[in-house]
Amino acid sequence: MSKVVTTTVLPRDGWDTLNIGATGDTVAIAGDSLNTNVLQDAGGNNIFTSSSGTVSSTALQGSLQLLSSQTASNSASVSFTTQLTSTYDVYCFKFIEINPATDSTNFQMEGSTGSFGVTKTTTAFSAYHYESDSGAALGYEAGHDLAQSTSAQPLSGSIGNGSDENASGELYLYAPSSTTYVKQFYSKLNLYGADNHSGNWFIGGYYNTASAISGIRFSMSSGNFDGTIKLYGISKT
Amino acid sequence: MSILEAKKIEPATATTVTLGAAGETVAISASQLKTNTIKDAGGNTLLTSDGSGTLSSVNSALGSTMIFISSQTASNSASVEFTSGIDSTYDEYVFYIVNYDVATNAQEFGVQFSTDGGSSYGITKTTTFFDAEHNEADSVAALSYQTGNDRAQSTSFQNLDRGNETHADSSGCGCLKLFAPSSTTYVKQFLWTGNNHRHSNASVNTFVGGYLNTTSAINAVSFIAASGNITAGTFYLYGIK
Repeated sequence: MSKVVTTTVLPRDGWDTLNIGATGDTVAIAGDSLNTNVLQDAGGNNIFTSSSGTVSSTALQGSLQLLSSQTASNSASVSFTTQLTSTYDVYCFKFIEINPATDSTNFQMEGSTGSFGVTKTTTAFSAYHYESDSGAALGYEAGHDLAQSTSAQPLSGSIGNGSDENASGELYLYAPSSTTYVKQFYSKLNLYGADNHSGNWFIGGYYNTASAISGIRFSMSSGNFDGTIKLYGISKT
Repeated sequence: MSILEAKKIEPATATTVTLGAAGETVAISASQLKTNTIKDAGGNTLLTSDGSGTLSSVNSALGSTMIFISSQTASNSASVEFTSGIDSTYDEYVFYIVNYDVATNAQEFGVQFSTDGGSSYGITKTTTFFDAEHNEADSVAALSYQTGNDRAQSTSFQNLDRGNETHADSSGCGCLKLFAPSSTTYVKQFLWTGNNHRHSNASVNTFVGGYLNTTSAINAVSFIAASGNITAGTFYLYGIK
């Protein structure tokens, strides 16, 4: 067994790659730690990268892939305009702690094919229950559905703007880049109502266009809002 | 500080090159470390890459909890069957179905289950079915339990909508979750949420829940239309750790 004692091993002058071992060999790190910011496979494809401890990896994050996360801070709207492509067939938005500036306003969405205001037909229903136990019911929400309308689609009823009041939920959008089919979507969300009730809201519908939906914008029916909106793609392979 | 410059370092004998010793740190100051296999010090594989960026043998502690298993595309198909990949590996299986379309107008799209790998379908099931419907003409808007679409100890196929429009741009999409299909103790629970363009020119948001009333393992799933073929659609199957 031969041993080289040194503190630094560099590629020989004129080379930028140091090869350790040959095909079929094992390189063993007998030290307790291997420190590197980027691990690639032999083909040069990233397995993960780290930046000050923040690790990013497409290869290791599995099928539910985080594409974007945006934080609204007294914002009029949050838009996702670059991530909706044919890379994924199923997109999922998650709404975390949507807190409106204006009491009793709806959280809503709009789709874009280059400009917002795409024709859609949708359904809406909800279940609610008051903290006072004074009311509890399940019903269709005729004031929140749309029939061939270009208006923004409400995803909720009236959300309270108290310091601890908010709404959270998720929205699935299928094959937004299809140029053959209308674009199906559905959402579910739970909210703290402006009049102190729990509201569980369900929206479904389709953008009635064969043009690709390339952007989604979230806003309140009036005023600004706080909250986090995350966009995921579900991998095809 | 000493510096060793080399183009290549290979084992002097055998096939192992050892870097560092216990208690030391080996630092890669270069911008990348390239290898196809990472093992721990005990020789257990943590991950393997094929050199083209496709990973396998990824340790279960790494990565996501949602794992792609397989996909299929319908092309005027009598059925789309998943006869492998449904086993005890996962406790939850998720199908995402993108833009399914039926050949015959007003026919329902649905699902069947098998305990014999797809040799036969028709497992006894009891289910619920409700939906919200709103037509483009704005003359129908309702949330309703659909008594004609649920099942009570039936071996019939379970429809996942109440019929489809066959316009060129019409389709349905949805998600079916099947829980613990390999259990030989419990009945098998499943849930469907979908949205489709119904033949009444309406948007319909459908919710189906039920159980397969068997303690035999479910190991195959078939998607079919009530009558006629499935003209299109992409069917994805995932396992949830």
